[in-house]
Amino acid sequence: MSALQAHMPALQVIVPMLSAPLVLLLKERRLCWAATTLTSLCSFAIAVALCMGVLAGGESYYLMGSWPDPYGIELGVDAFSVLLLLVVNGASTLVLMGAFGSLNQDIEGHRQPLFYSAWLLAVAGLNGILVTADAFNIFVFMEISALASYVLVSAGPNRRALPAVFKYLIMGTIGATFYLIGIGLIYLMTGTLNLADMEIRIHLVADQKPILVAAGFITIGLALKAAVFPLHVWLPNAYTYAPNMVTVFLAACATKVSLYILLRFDFFVFQPNLAGHDLQFAYFLMPLSLLAVLVASTVAMFEPNLKRMLAWSSVAQIGYITLGASLVSLAGITAGLLHMFNHALAKAALFLALACLGMSVRHLRLENIAGIARQMPWTMAAFVLAGLSLIGVPGTAGFISKWYLISAVFESGPWGVALAGVIVISSLMAVVYIWRVVEVAYFGSLETGSTTGATIAEAPLPLLLATWTAVALNFYFGFAASLPVELSTRAARILLGHIP
Amino acid sequence: MSSAATILACLLIPLAGTIAIMLAARVGDNLRETATLVTAGALAWTVWSLLPEVMAGERPHLYLFEIVPGLDVAFTVEPLGMLFAALASSLWIVNSIYSIGYMRGNKESKQTRFYVFFALSLAATIGIAFAANLFTLFLFYEALTLLTYPLVSHKGDEKTLRSARVYLGILMTTSIGLLLPAIIWTYWVAGSGEFTPGGILADHLQGPALGLLLALFVFGIGKAAVMPVHRWLPAAMVAPTPVSALLHAVAVVKAGVFSVTKIIVYIFGVDHLFDTPSSGWLLYAAAFTIIVASLVALRQQNLKRLLAYSTIAQLSYVIMAAAILKPLAEIGASVHMVAHAFGKITLFFAAGAIYTASKKTEVFQLAGIGRRMPWTMTAFTIGALSMIGVPPTGGFVSKWFILAGAFQADNYVAIFTIIVSTALNAAYFLPIVYLAWFGREVEGAGPEHGEAPLASVIALTITAALTILFFVFNGPVIELESQIFGAPS
Repeated sequence: MSALQAHMPALQVIVPMLSAPLVLLLKERRLCWAATTLTSLCSFAIAVALCMGVLAGGESYYLMGSWPDPYGIELGVDAFSVLLLLVVNGASTLVLMGAFGSLNQDIEGHRQPLFYSAWLLAVAGLNGILVTADAFNIFVFMEISALASYVLVSAGPNRRALPAVFKYLIMGTIGATFYLIGIGLIYLMTGTLNLADMEIRIHLVADQKPILVAAGFITIGLALKAAVFPLHVWLPNAYTYAPNMVTVFLAACATKVSLYILLRFDFFVFQPNLAGHDLQFAYFLMPLSLLAVLVASTVAMFEPNLKRMLAWSSVAQIGYITLGASLVSLAGITAGLLHMFNHALAKAALFLALACLGMSVRHLRLENIAGIARQMPWTMAAFVLAGLSLIGVPGTAGFISKWYLISAVFESGPWGVALAGVIVISSLMAVVYIWRVVEVAYFGSLETGSTTGATIAEAPLPLLLATWTAVALNFYFGFAASLPVELSTRAARILLGHIP
Repeated sequence: MSSAATILACLLIPLAGTIAIMLAARVGDNLRETATLVTAGALAWTVWSLLPEVMAGERPHLYLFEIVPGLDVAFTVEPLGMLFAALASSLWIVNSIYSIGYMRGNKESKQTRFYVFFALSLAATIGIAFAANLFTLFLFYEALTLLTYPLVSHKGDEKTLRSARVYLGILMTTSIGLLLPAIIWTYWVAGSGEFTPGGILADHLQGPALGLLLALFVFGIGKAAVMPVHRWLPAAMVAPTPVSALLHAVAVVKAGVFSVTKIIVYIFGVDHLFDTPSSGWLLYAAAFTIIVASLVALRQQNLKRLLAYSTIAQLSYVIMAAAILKPLAEIGASVHMVAHAFGKITLFFAAGAIYTASKKTEVFQLAGIGRRMPWTMTAFTIGALSMIGVPPTGGFVSKWFILAGAFQADNYVAIFTIIVSTALNAAYFLPIVYLAWFGREVEGAGPEHGEAPLASVIALTITAALTILFFVFNGPVIELESQIFGAPS
């Protein structure tokens, strides 16, 4: 067991990556699904094992092929990576468990093996980003996960997914290219791609122009991938037109992993070495975060398409995460990272509830779900409870991150009150856009809604179970928040530990 | 049963009750109503069983769990919370009897949902009453807002939905926008939010900031309905009358003023607040609310809206009494919670009984109704007298204490406000009473009718009797509350 334990960081990537082509060989739809789910479950188990290792002993490193470290490829797992490994693999597993019915409806039979294979590649790519300690490796895994996600998004029956995915592809490629140009310049100046090595060596050339240009390219490129406002334009449509289950998965983890690289790069490499970078970071990111929170929440309040509404809400929630990080304090970063975890929980539950609705309602628009709570009581109850978590009602996971975030901004000085004001206002906006749906679904009259003529019935049991598991997790982590809080506090310490 | 287990039982009984109600509803309506009554009875019995210990000076405590370091879900029974819990749980029994008559008499739909959410609301109320710290209080406060929403929007038509939106909107906006920052601020400066005799802020926060924090708390607790955050209460009157009676005359609104009082006594500390001039505004805000709400009530034609504005004024009596910051007035605040609860629930019961029997909702329609519904209108009259503060009703006792406290503090603003508002209360209640007994019924204005269903009449007779009994038997309440504020002189 201990021998296996040592290889866990590598297995985290290898298991889903090698399973991807194997799934392709299984022609039978249900078998493909079962194999994918099982693989994802294994991957989640590995993430849990890594998490326990980190909680017990701290960080673990792994040298690929036993090459010594600035020369070979190094993998490193610490509290920060573990936090997101749990999110990525947990979300993937939970979604897959409930997904069969919904995916079978959305995706043509002969494409399903390809689809599941792409799903595993996406998971492998995201895991790879999270465990590697090498800047070029990050690029490779970023491209693997991105290409796989383009396939996933465009796999649905909705033709409008194609222009959406094209925009996503162009933006994603620009982001990845910018990142590549950035690390190219850094490699030119320092001769290393290992992040830890880079941190030490960049010091000698920190005042040179190419390094500053590289910092610019890397930051902008990653911000584009992470949908940091105002580089978020690809996100709403990609989420809206993707198959419902894909939306759940992407919304829970895709942008967060890009944010992970952004923060890791910034705090490990740039903050300790570039003069005045910490202030630039804070003063750029904070106003953008505030704008994201306010503008995106406002758009969400007036959006009739439910998936796009939640997508805009995601843009706003990313603003919370970057707001916390932009405070550059232990409390602030902890709050931001904690919100990565908690927002993933809330959004996954909400999109899962939408996926349940999507089983009966083709176009998830507000007017099409009038009075639907009578036919789908369990789905709508899940939606309401998950919505409470998004709003941040006490007793839910969303409340915990809001509590930490507001405490952090109070601590940040005289501006803190204004920041707290923004957080509070956007929470109230969340009340508005969630409650709009609740009112229509519970009190709307069916006559106007049932134009499609399709019979509306409760979603299949596995999907409902997945949804309610997500809802239950929102409440569980609302009352027993010590695990995510512990992980994000440690992660924040690690990030801040690199600033002199 | 240990006292910690008893507290847990108080929280779990209503939850168990909801399951029982849902299961019983499959068998039949009578069994469902029995389940409600049994749950209410069991809850009241359990809550009352804590009383001897609290009377003896003990503070039963239940620690549930820690969410993150510093944030606990925990409960402590202290005199204020004991009083509030006993009041709400006991009146729930009476209210359940009344509900049976009202809901069946009006053939309301979705009665099972109604009883289920009623029981859940009571669980949240008990949670508020026994909360040992600000976080736990906030947890149940928000739960109560959300759980009462289905009750307020019960009818489900467009007009009801609009009002329910106002209800939820104001209560959520104030609680997330003002109360949550206030709570986080308190935890941040004081390092905890534990309700502690003497307060926790004395060493941490002084001067104008204290007044600001008080404002965040008072307006953040929208359920206390201090103007200008009072609009949700008239909006909530679209709910079925039993909801207005128990929740919007007792449980929800009293949760508001109870929380304000508890925060003043156990978080700010009465003495600390008295020494801080910047907290003086609260008295004026409450006095303003009392006078203006009474003036608005004068102009109301709809009986339930009139009662709602009367409630807003009476709630601010409690706030004003607490803001006098003298022991006698603080006792007056808690006594007024009880006295007003008995009186106002009677008035709402009567309004609902009138609606059930005759579908009349406006004041002018009540001419001569006293002859058709003598029991109901007698109870109404007793309730009205208690609102005005005429002996021998409970309202007189609380006014006596508040006035005594005001004199103790030489607070002439409070004294003046009480006198003026007494006159205003008389001015809007006595014409109704006169009209009902001595007015001439318009011929052919409505259907022939007699008294409301028996269950409703029994309920309102009980609460009217309580209103009068409280005039005589208020000793235990005063003895209980004296434990926190020092013996009455």
